Amino acid sequence: MIRELNILRKHGRQYIKDLDKVVLPAVFRGRPEINKDIPGQEADKILALCPNRAIRREDGLSIDLGKCVFCMECAFACPSGIRFTNDYRMAVNRPEQLIIKAGDSRLLRPDPQVIRPEIPRIFRRSLKLRQVSAGGDNSAEMELSAAGNVNFDMGRFGIEFVASPRHSDGVVVTGPISSHMVQALKITWEAIPSPKILVLAGTDAISGGIFAESQAIDRSFLTENKPDLYIPGNPPHPLTFIHGLLDLMGRK
Amino acid sequence: MKDTITISQQPYSLSLNELPIPDYSVFCKVVTHLLSKEAAHCVNYFAVPDKDSLLFLCLIANDEAHTIDILAHKGGGPLASLTPVIPALHIFEREIHENYGVQFEGHPWLKPVRFARDSNGNSYPMDDYPFYSIDSHELHEVGVGPVHAGVIEPGHFRFLCNGEKVLHLEIQLGYQHRGVEKLMGEGRNGLQRAVCAENIAGDTAVGHSIAHASALEALTGVPLPVNLYLERAIALELERMAMHIGDTAALCTDVAYQLGQVVNESLRTIVINTTQLWCGNRFGKGLIRPFGTHYPLSGELTSRVKKNLKEAMKRFLPMSDRMLSMPSLLARYEGIGIVTREQVVSIGAVGMAARMAGLNRDIRHSHPDEAYRTIHFYPAVRDSGDVMARALLRRMEVEASCQLILDMLTLLEQEKAELPLPDYSLSLPPDSLSFSMVEGWRGEICHTILTDSQGKIRHYKVKDPSLHNWMALTLAVRDQEISDFPVCNKSFNLSYCGHDL
Repeated sequence: MIRELNILRKHGRQYIKDLDKVVLPAVFRGRPEINKDIPGQEADKILALCPNRAIRREDGLSIDLGKCVFCMECAFACPSGIRFTNDYRMAVNRPEQLIIKAGDSRLLRPDPQVIRPEIPRIFRRSLKLRQVSAGGDNSAEMELSAAGNVNFDMGRFGIEFVASPRHSDGVVVTGPISSHMVQALKITWEAIPSPKILVLAGTDAISGGIFAESQAIDRSFLTENKPDLYIPGNPPHPLTFIHGLLDLMGRK
Repeated sequence: MKDTITISQQPYSLSLNELPIPDYSVFCKVVTHLLSKEAAHCVNYFAVPDKDSLLFLCLIANDEAHTIDILAHKGGGPLASLTPVIPALHIFEREIHENYGVQFEGHPWLKPVRFARDSNGNSYPMDDYPFYSIDSHELHEVGVGPVHAGVIEPGHFRFLCNGEKVLHLEIQLGYQHRGVEKLMGEGRNGLQRAVCAENIAGDTAVGHSIAHASALEALTGVPLPVNLYLERAIALELERMAMHIGDTAALCTDVAYQLGQVVNESLRTIVINTTQLWCGNRFGKGLIRPFGTHYPLSGELTSRVKKNLKEAMKRFLPMSDRMLSMPSLLARYEGIGIVTREQVVSIGAVGMAARMAGLNRDIRHSHPDEAYRTIHFYPAVRDSGDVMARALLRRMEVEASCQLILDMLTLLEQEKAELPLPDYSLSLPPDSLSFSMVEGWRGEICHTILTDSQGKIRHYKVKDPSLHNWMALTLAVRDQEISDFPVCNKSFNLSYCGHDL
């Protein structure tokens, strides 16, 4: 007992008291900002470079955070044109919001107009989630687990992962949705009583990521079901996940 | 004429034209001879389409001779299975059968590996896998998965039980299959492959990225400064520390020891945040790139790494001492989930799964790359083969990795060579074969590249240690209480996506 208390004393207080005040290191790859006037030649180079075709040219360059694998190669190739800030709040609820245009430095938040009114009404103080990894590489899964650990402690907001879909209010999908997991994902989704929410966590889940062109994935689940929240990242940081959910729950 | 090529030191590359191609009967004789030694194991055995037929390649490592033997044979017809003689080959023959329809006559267990259909076009839907079953009124079956209670990857476990006792466990994988090898091979550019490599298994992003970069570098033979290898090794050891500490937390969770869980979770946070401080990603994605790096480790960053590790170890050791001496925890760890040395040798287990049962198998020691050749390193080994051995091994490896990082940081101070930037477009030599071996935290990772006559990548083969080691979990739970399955499973923590690719 005394040894336990000693360990606890050394352990100190590990939880982050105010999640709003966390500043991640400058090197963290968060919400990008794109310069309006990237010279044509530079722009061509960046367009050709992007491994996942997340960058497009339309009235200046734009980055689709649903496709971006956060490799930063564009920023290394053209530091004056593209910069990844350390702003980890990137979760949104409209796919169009994922596209960051040149000159855009707006903060990314879910659009309150699009949040279904029953979500904050019912889940504001308690949101129990089931996680389904459908081809996920285990980094997103570990970050979701970390969101509930002693540091980030999302349990304080009533958010928790539960063991059964019967106990849950929604599904968090990770991975590009391998075709071998489609059936299990559908069964899990259907086992959850309505109203329920669907969250896509990570670039793989939002667009298929680097696996988008593989024949071994099957995205049909998403044509039938509309996500309530998109959480970019490779993998998403626990803070990106928690803040996204809090916005969706109307806690902000 | 010699029947094999033997290479004694990394980097591993050769011209395909040098490769002797003996008859299958000679191949079998040589493989059987090489694998008859306890120190030898099959690193990978796979087939590559070759005009109208198939080229079979087999890599055999010997831990004591520090060598790799490369063997080949050609053909397309039915072959006599080697599995009855060498059980460790079962998974490789099954994979070749699944991918190319080669019949292995006499194979006891030619079941799907990840595709849920066999080469004859017989399709097994994922929920109709041909499990072993016993017709008995006394026994019952328990099915778990693919979706599990925790936040983990999918796979299906089918237990045959007598009361609470597990008679047999069969593991059906394949749910995570994303077509990685195809994506790594077909007409993709260098950066796309590098990104794909770090997403093979996100918990081993550094390990797989180093394996990818090393295989490319072996192929081109471009000399690189030694500090680049040292920095990669530091990243690899950070990954090992983080995962071992995280799994120690999980081992506490599964026996309901909450203090151990929360303390270790927060210590893992310190380690992965150190990786984040270095490269902006907690898993080290983007840190390892072929032929160079965007994130040189220097100056203030070095001292922050040292400081963080010191802080983590100061808290990890007393916690670990307490945990591994509590009678209520020891009762759940000691003598539970035993895999014997004989078993790990016969299934060709690698990495931690071999070292916990007395088999000293560690690529850092047996087949070191540039970084591990510069320092003194001897692997930690336990011999009881139970959950306790795996828990203790993790603790010993955390300590060893921390020491390795500190030693390598000291070496790094003397190496001032400027590190090159990554290169994704170097041209590769034609008709060549190269492979890399990296001791990731689970064990040996091997990436193999074959180029065609134009120097384009013709075949890319990935092997995660889990491919060998899932069988160890199956053996561990035999004759155990089914309630001990979670703690056995966590003690190995094998990769689903690394296996399924």
